[in-house]
Amino acid sequence: MRKALAVGRKEFRQIARDGRTLSVLLVVPVLFLLLFGYALNWDIHHVKMAVNDQDRSPESRALVQAFVRSTYFDLVGEVSDRGIGALMDAGTVRAVLVIPDGTARRLHGGEPAPIQVLIDGDDANTATTVQGYVQSLLETQSAKYRLQAYPRAGRPPVRVEPRVWYNPELRSVLFLVPGLIAYIAMLTAVISTALSVVREKERGTMEQVRMAPLGALSYVTGKSIPYLIVSLVSSFGIVVAAMWLFDLPMRGSWLVLLLTLTLFLLGALGLGLFVSTISDSQQVAFQIAALASFMPTLLLSGFIFPIASMPVWLQATTYLVPARYFLVALRGIVLKGTGPAVFWPDLLALALFATAVIGLAAVRLRREWA
Amino acid sequence: MNTGADTITVDRLTRRFGDFVAVDDLSFGVHQGEIFGFLGANGAGKSTTIRMLCGLLLPTSGTATVGGVDVRRDPEGVKRRIGYMSQKFSLYEQLTVDENIRFFAGIYGLSRAKFEERHRFVIEMAGLEGRGRSLTRDLPGGVRQRLALGCAILHEPPIVFLDEPTGGVDPLSRRRFWRLIDTLSAQGVTVLVTTHYMDEAEHCHRIAIMHAGRLAALGTTSELKGLFRGRSIVEIDTGNPVMAMRVLQDAPAVEKTSVFGTAVHAVLRHGDDDLAELRQRLTAAGLTVGAIAPVEPSLEDVFLDVMDRRAS
Ligand SMILES: Nc1ncnc2c1ncn2[C@@H]1O[C@H](COP(=O)(O)OP(=O)(O)OP(=O)(O)O)[C@@H](O)[C@H]1O
Ligand SMILES: [Mg+2]
Repeated sequence: MRKALAVGRKEFRQIARDGRTLSVLLVVPVLFLLLFGYALNWDIHHVKMAVNDQDRSPESRALVQAFVRSTYFDLVGEVSDRGIGALMDAGTVRAVLVIPDGTARRLHGGEPAPIQVLIDGDDANTATTVQGYVQSLLETQSAKYRLQAYPRAGRPPVRVEPRVWYNPELRSVLFLVPGLIAYIAMLTAVISTALSVVREKERGTMEQVRMAPLGALSYVTGKSIPYLIVSLVSSFGIVVAAMWLFDLPMRGSWLVLLLTLTLFLLGALGLGLFVSTISDSQQVAFQIAALASFMPTLLLSGFIFPIASMPVWLQATTYLVPARYFLVALRGIVLKGTGPAVFWPDLLALALFATAVIGLAAVRLRREWA
Repeated sequence: MNTGADTITVDRLTRRFGDFVAVDDLSFGVHQGEIFGFLGANGAGKSTTIRMLCGLLLPTSGTATVGGVDVRRDPEGVKRRIGYMSQKFSLYEQLTVDENIRFFAGIYGLSRAKFEERHRFVIEMAGLEGRGRSLTRDLPGGVRQRLALGCAILHEPPIVFLDEPTGGVDPLSRRRFWRLIDTLSAQGVTVLVTTHYMDEAEHCHRIAIMHAGRLAALGTTSELKGLFRGRSIVEIDTGNPVMAMRVLQDAPAVEKTSVFGTAVHAVLRHGDDDLAELRQRLTAAGLTVGAIAPVEPSLEDVFLDVMDRRAS
């Protein structure tokens, strides 16, 4: 145990002194978060909008208010008929709400009341999303008027089926951030551990260490603990950064989060160690580690593609991906505030994965060691 | 220094890598307190032999004991009895001198009191007083090698393996390093060391010359030089050693030639030492010949001779 401690202390010093490793572990994760967080953020808020209100009725004002209240739109100002083109061309606004004269009258008369919304289409993705918001808002509004127009009608008011163009459950940043955390933590933990062992092989220090009466297990323990601690710090850093930058709620217990992260990261470290036992150069180790950690975590964890919509054989392979379980637990803690009572099977799976992969790495290392 | 029983015995030791035989049927013994040198060209199998003796690499066949322990049956037992400095520089360059010593003391399980004592010893040995906080990376090569030696013998092993400990180190530092080896040997520590430097090899009590995985010659310096008994070596000083070698090769009296500094060493066939004839040939070829004098064979002559005879 004292020997493992000696290895751990040495490793800590090396990490602290090696700017590259330290930045990979601490800075890159937050950079990744920013990059992916903003790039993958399909929600659009505060679209700049002008209003061309030709009706000037309480009803038209209510409609404008509904747009503003949604927070999707920021009202920039009024615009005349002829001003619209120039405003859109200059990019001052991305959308113009046109309420024709007589809208209030038509609404009260039970006639269809066409409303026009002009959307700047130069960025097709944004345009589609904005169109979705507009549609949803207008339907909500018209549902109200139908209710007012036929209050005593025997049939129920027309039900509005919200068109979930922007699928808030699936695409919102709240749903993505836990996936990002898994992805980043996995990548940095696996790669840095694998590289640190292979570097010792390359430089020849490994051979020197092997001469000491030091078991493979002490070596592995001493080597992993510093990386576990640093990756934990870095993972908490991502969570805090996500809370701050992307309004990630943290509804559950920090202690449970610590437990979950520890189990997940132990698996990642074990995977890194295992990779180091099958590679002789840092380059090879980097490639295998990146492939083994980032592909499954990105594609097979439910981070980007929902597991339920995969073909059955592919679904089966996802049971081997620790991020799958980690995501369930993490979303539970962060988004829903649930505890281990709900996701204990996932924690168990993480623990099993960690045990299996660390055991495998230790066996392989011991064989190489003697 | 020879106390009878050998501390290292090697018997028909062989190591293959696939079809390639890196160490081939090697047998020898090393006495306690001896400085035993390994000479051999690149790839001769010196490092492979040492790694097997250290318990780092399993022999394909044959046996070896180190400090009475079988390297195949108890590699861990071997490791406890020896110190090893690998051919690659093997300290952590981003750590300071003190941190390196502390780390190796830690994995060898030295007690606190013992650590203080050995730390002082290593610092003094390496000449690093007051530089404990320097990064190892920033030390000159010779100092780093002494520090590496210190770290390899922190646990006071009775047997030490040094694989090219002075590679790329200046002559003054090399001499200082060899004084350390002498001191160890005087204290009864057995030292097995590989080198490419002939002057270092002359320093060893006995030398093994390896060629292509096999033991080509073994003995003390004077025993090895005795291989030349009956043949003589002459040193010939001309302005142009390359040209001189070409001319001498055609002389019937000359067995072979080699460059020795600016001069040429010619090995003459048994009993054939007509130096006047050689001078004539060289002058006829237009060379200005200085001194032609018989010399004692150097270890380098022996080494090259052994290599040549092996190759043919
Ligand atoms: N792990 C290995 N796998 C395959 N071949 C190896 C391995 N280790 C050594 N060899 C080969 O065995 C031969 C002997 O190598 P070794 O390192 O023992 O030579 P050496 O005498 O120490 O040479 P040098 O003076 O260059 O250090 C070389 O040809 C080398 O390529
Ligand atoms: Mg070698």
